[in-house]
Amino acid sequence: MKVLVGIKRVVDFNVKVRVKADGSGVETANVKMSMNPFDEIAVEEAVRLKESGAATEIVVVSCGPLACQETLRTALAIGADRAILVETQVELQPLAVAKLLKAVCLKEQPTLVILGKQAIDDDANQTGQMLSALMGWPQATFASKLKMEGEKAQVTREVDGGLETISIKLPAVVTTDLRLNEPRYVTLPNIMKAKKKTLENLKPEALGVDVSPRLSTLKVVEPGKRKAGVKVADVKALVEKLRNDAKVL
Amino acid sequence: MTQILVVAEHDNKTIKKATLNTVAAAQKLGGEIHVLIAGHQAGEAAKAAAQIPGVKKVLLADAPHLGEFLAENVAALLVQIAKNYSHVLAPATSNGKNVMPRVAALLDVQQISDISAVESADTFVRPIYAGNALATVKSKDSIKIITVRTTAFDAVPATGGNGTVETVQAPADSGLSSFVTREVSKSERPELTAAKIIVSGGRGMGSGDNFTKVLEPLADKLGAAMGASRAAVDAGFVPNDWQVGQTGKIVAPDLYVAVGISGAIQHLAGMKDSRVIVAINKDEEAPIFQVADFGVVGDLFQLVPSLVEELKK
Repeated sequence: MKVLVGIKRVVDFNVKVRVKADGSGVETANVKMSMNPFDEIAVEEAVRLKESGAATEIVVVSCGPLACQETLRTALAIGADRAILVETQVELQPLAVAKLLKAVCLKEQPTLVILGKQAIDDDANQTGQMLSALMGWPQATFASKLKMEGEKAQVTREVDGGLETISIKLPAVVTTDLRLNEPRYVTLPNIMKAKKKTLENLKPEALGVDVSPRLSTLKVVEPGKRKAGVKVADVKALVEKLRNDAKVL
Repeated sequence: MTQILVVAEHDNKTIKKATLNTVAAAQKLGGEIHVLIAGHQAGEAAKAAAQIPGVKKVLLADAPHLGEFLAENVAALLVQIAKNYSHVLAPATSNGKNVMPRVAALLDVQQISDISAVESADTFVRPIYAGNALATVKSKDSIKIITVRTTAFDAVPATGGNGTVETVQAPADSGLSSFVTREVSKSERPELTAAKIIVSGGRGMGSGDNFTKVLEPLADKLGAAMGASRAAVDAGFVPNDWQVGQTGKIVAPDLYVAVGISGAIQHLAGMKDSRVIVAINKDEEAPIFQVADFGVVGDLFQLVPSLVEELKK
């Protein structure tokens, strides 16, 4: 079984993002970039499937500028077998990424595609669902448990108020939630090995995909800040404030 | 002509509050509002939806294979109906987030996720970077497919309207996926995203036992829902569906009590729109105090029980 994993290069989750002064977006120059955390979970899950014998090959794909190669190398160091970069300078929106991944899927014919449930930059939470729709495949989003069962997969999903388990026919798209696994640390020998693995470079035009954005961003601003309130001496004073000042009790 | 379809969140009998928030967002667009109830034996929910003021018509798609709201089946239904509308809105619940992008892709539309304000019929505000920035985006697509951040729109009343109910035929079962089981966390408490008061614990709670012994009496006294920070969930103190934050639930209750929570950016992203925030923490430098309206510095294991006592007075 071939597994395809999509990954995105994003501003590292530890970085406190700053809105650009001209309101055109968020400052990304000279900012630490990393693999989207949910995508790291996706790569880890694919590697575990291979280690258990369920998967035979793992292909990682990233869409974006040349610098995504670095992110792809990280995925190769975690244990993916080869990488594909769909290189473009155009700002990619989820529908465009789903179309690019569809073109790659038609070429690679994977049995399972694993993606992160959302990227921590645009917080869209769309690409996995869109890819499965374009492929006419089933989807299992927000997965916290994945079990392969021959022609099917059983997936436990994180939903409002609890967990839901569904069975999906393969091929299918699965998107990861936080509790699916804990990604391993990349070791130096594996980083060295990753340098020798194949990294293919494709262009959207060669895949016949129009990636022009459908949404235009008019402005980006910082949200209104909450004012720090007061510290009170004890719980008695707290209850009094809540009853009389805030009137929430 | 602005024709808006709201995809309802419901349990086949009643309408969830998220639907009322989404209708509120739809009203900001100005136009005729219809509500879709996709479910099984969902006649009661359809009747309830028709009571929502401002809802002209309720579309009821009732079929066994819609009962579990599987994305493939609900999306196929929506694609069939969406062409009659200029906007299709769903709450950004796990159902809405699951189904809507599938609909958008099938219609070749770039969805607008998690909107927090409506600027005009094609321009919306949405949080990005876990709410650390707000983007105003304009859509070029002929149909707008939108999910709505429910906490950003005050719910419309549940009753007072008199819409009509019309039955629509659902496409056949896709056969691509099937429902197996659901484990719903059973609780007498209000649901986290709908609660007026939330009591939340962090890593400072020390153990899952302390959530029961120390925090629960406070939640009981206040009639509050219970939440947690990601640190407390990662430490295994409480289940993941308690998690408030960027990677968990986004909440905005009247009162949010953060106990033993330091206030990481990722947690603040999930609760900073609460009306009143109270922080109890032993570290007076904790970032949570920068967003809290009222803070008490001290040992939570002493402060919380005495707070419960004080509330009884």
